[in-house]
Amino acid sequence: MFDFDRWIEIFQTISKNKLRTVLSGFTIAFAILLFTLLFGIGNGLKHTFEKQFAGDSQNSIYVNSGSTTKPYKGLQSGRKIQFRNDDTKFMNEKFEDEIQFFSPNIQRNAQAIYKGEQNRYNIRGVYPDYQPLEEAVMQEGRFISALDIKRKAKVIAIGRLVEKDLFGNLSAMDKNINLDGLSYKVIGVFSDPGGDNDERYIYTPFSTMQSIYKENDEVDYFGLTFNPKLKVDDAIAFSNLLTKVLKEKHNVDPRDQAAIRVFNYAEGTKNVQQFMTVLNVIILFIGIGTLIAGIIGISNIMVYIVKERTKELGIRKALGATPKSIIGMILMESIFITAVAGYSGLLIGVFTLRAIGDSLEEAYFIMNPSVETYVVTGATIILIIAGTIAGYIPAKRAASIKPIVALNDE
Amino acid sequence: MIEIKNLHKSYPIGKDKLHVLKGLNLHIKEGEFVSIMGSSGSGKSTLLNIVGLLDVHDEGEFYLNKQLIEKLDEKKAAILRNKFLGFIFQSFNLITYKTALENVALPLYYKGIGRKERQKIALEYLDKVGLKDRANHIPSELSGGEKQRVAVARALVTEPKVILADEPTGALDSVTSKSVMDLLKKINREGMTVFVITHEEDIAAETDRIVRLKDGIIMSDEKVKKKVEA
Repeated sequence: MFDFDRWIEIFQTISKNKLRTVLSGFTIAFAILLFTLLFGIGNGLKHTFEKQFAGDSQNSIYVNSGSTTKPYKGLQSGRKIQFRNDDTKFMNEKFEDEIQFFSPNIQRNAQAIYKGEQNRYNIRGVYPDYQPLEEAVMQEGRFISALDIKRKAKVIAIGRLVEKDLFGNLSAMDKNINLDGLSYKVIGVFSDPGGDNDERYIYTPFSTMQSIYKENDEVDYFGLTFNPKLKVDDAIAFSNLLTKVLKEKHNVDPRDQAAIRVFNYAEGTKNVQQFMTVLNVIILFIGIGTLIAGIIGISNIMVYIVKERTKELGIRKALGATPKSIIGMILMESIFITAVAGYSGLLIGVFTLRAIGDSLEEAYFIMNPSVETYVVTGATIILIIAGTIAGYIPAKRAASIKPIVALNDE
Repeated sequence: MIEIKNLHKSYPIGKDKLHVLKGLNLHIKEGEFVSIMGSSGSGKSTLLNIVGLLDVHDEGEFYLNKQLIEKLDEKKAAILRNKFLGFIFQSFNLITYKTALENVALPLYYKGIGRKERQKIALEYLDKVGLKDRANHIPSELSGGEKQRVAVARALVTEPKVILADEPTGALDSVTSKSVMDLLKKINREGMTVFVITHEEDIAAETDRIVRLKDGIIMSDEKVKKKVEA
């Protein structure tokens, strides 16, 4: 296959026939470029939707309470519903199979001071389960433990940005921070894929928080994740059941939408999944369409090239070129041009995506538009194969034309 | 060198057949300088194409260099052409994007000779036709006579047994025609068999033997009486 002389011959033909080379190269490069751009932008849209629903565990459910809007069982509307510790116990026992992680939560805004640096942060009293719920990743130290809950320890796990605000470049580990006048020891620093807001929280044991800010058994809200084995529809059914039993327990009208509110990520997930499926189909359709256009383009050009070269091929045959060497020459030329052009189209596409990526993210709804390498490489290879086949058929015909006929071709 | 016995060739035209060569017998010995004369339609080009292995005959026998030519596939024909035959065409048939040197070297490429060796040999032959200084020009930069001399060099470069020239002066004026014919004569004197097709009497008169074709039949086959060269 690798015949140095043959390559020299091919390079000469390519460089001496610039228009032809540029024409076929352009078709291929343009097809791959379009493919890359469309695919990349499509992927960017996808990323946007993924990002919108990232940050918290995709199987999260949050349960909040409010005031009743309907009178029920002789109770007036406007009554405030308050979750308490017995709700924690009740939910944990009743839905043991369906719940994966579970944490009651108390949240307050507190003044945090460390050696003259101060700022206000949301402080949350939680169970250890809250870490996977929030998908917080420990960078240093540990999260709240069961032992901390039991001891009502005055310890905190702080977000990465809290450390940055109060400690600059120094480590916050084992330091004491003053929160609303009480001193807490930092036992861990976490980061959170949810972004800046989620990295400005301070977590403390639920029991500590309850005893300091509530002085009773009240709970602000619950966060939980459902068992990931549940299908989306089952998960929605579960949260509906959860809503129903909680309303019964607190004597709330089943139709009352405000008193107990359950927000299930699964519902959003379901819509997003459907949307993503549609988006994927559209992207695939566009991709295949672009490829087909490219294949047709290169086929036309190959037919034209062989036609244009009929006489030259006749001369070569009269001088002793075998049909095999004629076919080989045309194919190697076509493969070489498609490969080089395809690769440049790919590079231009990838760099364009990188260059316009940021501005797209600001102005439109497209985030990190990019293409997987194997997808574009695959597309390029498909085009090369198509170019080869498209070149082979006319090349074979040209090679089998009697040289005298080819010589008379004008 | 070339021996033809009862050669027939016809071309299909629609349902009918056009009988072009009607039983030719011709024997050309090594070192001869032969011209085939005839008006258009006499079958002279068809004869040249068959002799040149560019086309196949229907009936009869054809020996090239004592080798019976039959059932040739394209590959065998290509190898035989490369080995035994050198072509000169009316319209030169140079490859337009290659320089004179590259055109001359091309048959050697198909013979499988290395690049440096090819260029060396090609340059020798360009020198032989007096175009060494035009080696790096492409055909469009050459005059008609120069183009045909490049084609002659290309025909000679593989040291073939026979040079086949199809109306070699057809596209040239009388002065350049003469110079091309002088070149062919010189080649012939060095021992090459040269086979020319023409419809011009004065060109045919330059050769040693004239075969006249009419309607696919040989009318006459005679030696040329040489004028005493002054």
